[in-house]
Amino acid sequence: MLILRCPYCGICADETELTPGGEAHLTRFGPGSTDEDFEAYLFLRQNPKGVHIERWCHTCGCGKWFHAVRCTATLEIFGTYSAQNLRPPPDIIEAIKIRRPDWGGFHK
Amino acid sequence: MSNAVSVLGGAGFSGIIRVVDAGVTGMITLRGDLACPKIAGAVKATVGVNLPQARNITQNGHNGAGWMSSDELLLTCPYEEACTKVEKLEEALKGEYFLVADVSDARARFTLTGAAVREVLAKGSPADLSPGAWPVGELRRTRLGQVAVAFWLRDDITAELVCFRSLGKFVWDWLNVTAGDDVPGYF
Ligand SMILES: [Zn+2]
Repeated sequence: MLILRCPYCGICADETELTPGGEAHLTRFGPGSTDEDFEAYLFLRQNPKGVHIERWCHTCGCGKWFHAVRCTATLEIFGTYSAQNLRPPPDIIEAIKIRRPDWGGFHK
Repeated sequence: MSNAVSVLGGAGFSGIIRVVDAGVTGMITLRGDLACPKIAGAVKATVGVNLPQARNITQNGHNGAGWMSSDELLLTCPYEEACTKVEKLEEALKGEYFLVADVSDARARFTLTGAAVREVLAKGSPADLSPGAWPVGELRRTRLGQVAVAFWLRDDITAELVCFRSLGKFVWDWLNVTAGDDVPGYF
């Protein structure tokens, strides 16, 4: 059972109160983009075994979308942060590096 | 004017706690920047209570202001007053970025009374409802069974629960089943 702290209301919500939103920090390619970019935006994901940055929604709580970083292999949570961030904030990056020194970092 | 009736017409049930359909209730959704002083002023002038802290509800009789999220309040009042309170809020907040809506007829409200009130709610919610984690006056939005609800404690043995009216019968049935069963003794 995942338990994520919602950065908006502060509740430590278990996953039955949450809705998963998949990989975070995607760049949206819409009308006018190339077929390759549009396909990648719609369908292609990193799907790593290890550190994964995701979007979650506190559906049965305050209703807000937020970001969470977790390990897909162990379900360890490295932190959560608000949706107003375009990249993981420094304290989250630090928290990941402490636990996963070999992590490749956030690339955008 | 139509005759307003609540979802279960004021029905009541007694088990390990007492469950009552609390009747029609004025409920107003107010969205906007809660840090904006004009919002606090408008709420105070309209329902007569201070803005709640995060996750709390401030109440004075029928009137109250509950924190639903960082940009949303649930205001409660007598059913008949909701309409004029909406107009008052719209007037007071003119020029601000906000949204206000009378949701009274879209909601149901139940009052749960009894020493086992935490125990009953904890049977269907993943929220930590132990006395240390869920104090009197804290509004908890969560789920009960499969549906979204919000509840708060008026005092140690009295909880108020609100949900969508369309789910009112389900919540009523759920409360009847669980309140008709044993006290689980979680806390
Ligand atoms: Zn939340």
